[in-house]
Amino acid sequence: MTDQATHAHLDNPEHAQHRIVTPLQYFFVYIIMLALTGLTCAAAFVDLKWANAVVAVGIACTQATIGALFFMHAAFQSRLIKLTIGAGVFMFLVMVTMTMSDYMSRSWGMW
Amino acid sequence: MDSALATTDPADLHAGQEHGHVSLPQHRHHFETVEQQREAGSFGMWLFLLTEIMFFGGMFLAYLLYRNWYYPAFVVASNQLSVRIGTINTMVLITSGFCMAVGVWAAEMRRRSLLVAMLVTTTLLGVLFLSLKYGEYHEKYELHHIPGNNFNISMFTNPAGYGIKEAPLPPDMAQKTQVFFFLYFAMTGMHALHMIIGLGILCWLISRARRGDFSAGYVAPVENFALYWHFIDVVWLFLYPLLYLINRHPMH
Repeated sequence: MTDQATHAHLDNPEHAQHRIVTPLQYFFVYIIMLALTGLTCAAAFVDLKWANAVVAVGIACTQATIGALFFMHAAFQSRLIKLTIGAGVFMFLVMVTMTMSDYMSRSWGMW
Repeated sequence: MDSALATTDPADLHAGQEHGHVSLPQHRHHFETVEQQREAGSFGMWLFLLTEIMFFGGMFLAYLLYRNWYYPAFVVASNQLSVRIGTINTMVLITSGFCMAVGVWAAEMRRRSLLVAMLVTTTLLGVLFLSLKYGEYHEKYELHHIPGNNFNISMFTNPAGYGIKEAPLPPDMAQKTQVFFFLYFAMTGMHALHMIIGLGILCWLISRARRGDFSAGYVAPVENFALYWHFIDVVWLFLYPLLYLINRHPMH
């Protein structure tokens, strides 16, 4: 297995070295995720005006990023997979932006 | 057809060493190395998850638009959801994600009994999540807060009559609480459907893990399922603040 992995790594730069995350590392990630959940809940009860939604979505994005990087091992994947994930998320944001710009420009003054 | 069958004959697949194959039974003929096969599997799984982002993304976009248009209705309707159950469910899902991650580690370390235990725990936490969700849905059913002909707006036009500290909504805005509940049921319902499918796959993984299929160096099914399970968690991490926590501080 190790010989094979090394061989593949040398042959093809797209092959990431396989890395095993330990339960202790997962546990740290788990604690951070729980803490951020508590934070998002607490922040909702404080009046931050328009910033409430920004804080809530910001914390959710942070949790999603941590989850993708460590629970889902995106941090340890090949550049091909990292680029694919990034491109997919970027494409999603492009579609949201284009749709929103369409809706907003059709109802000027209603926002 | 005959020749196609002949080339996928298992004897050909694993006996031939012409590409320097290792003799692991899960190693398919068309991959040069096990690592390459593993990466192709992860790549495919990520592509599938990106289509899922687009799928859930459509609903999040609808939410974004209607929340801007009918904000007062969204606030009052959202405040009728239980923050306590929502928060507990979020923690249940994060815990199940942690167990799933440890399960992947157990498979990598070839520890069969730990893998089975982690998969079972993940399943039980998934069932707990759905049970709590069922309780929430049932409450909405009893209150006539499921959109449709039987939807009842009186709690929103006359909140004081129900002992709720909210400003009463005019009837036309109160009707828009149906939009919130429609999105609530659509989004959490689709999320729950994904979990039910996930629980079905978990049962299948548990039966195979018990046989020892994933504790001899073949981790891909557990690893790829873990990606799916974590993805469902991540969707919930967005649903929780957007549906439960729109405006919890005293408005007036």
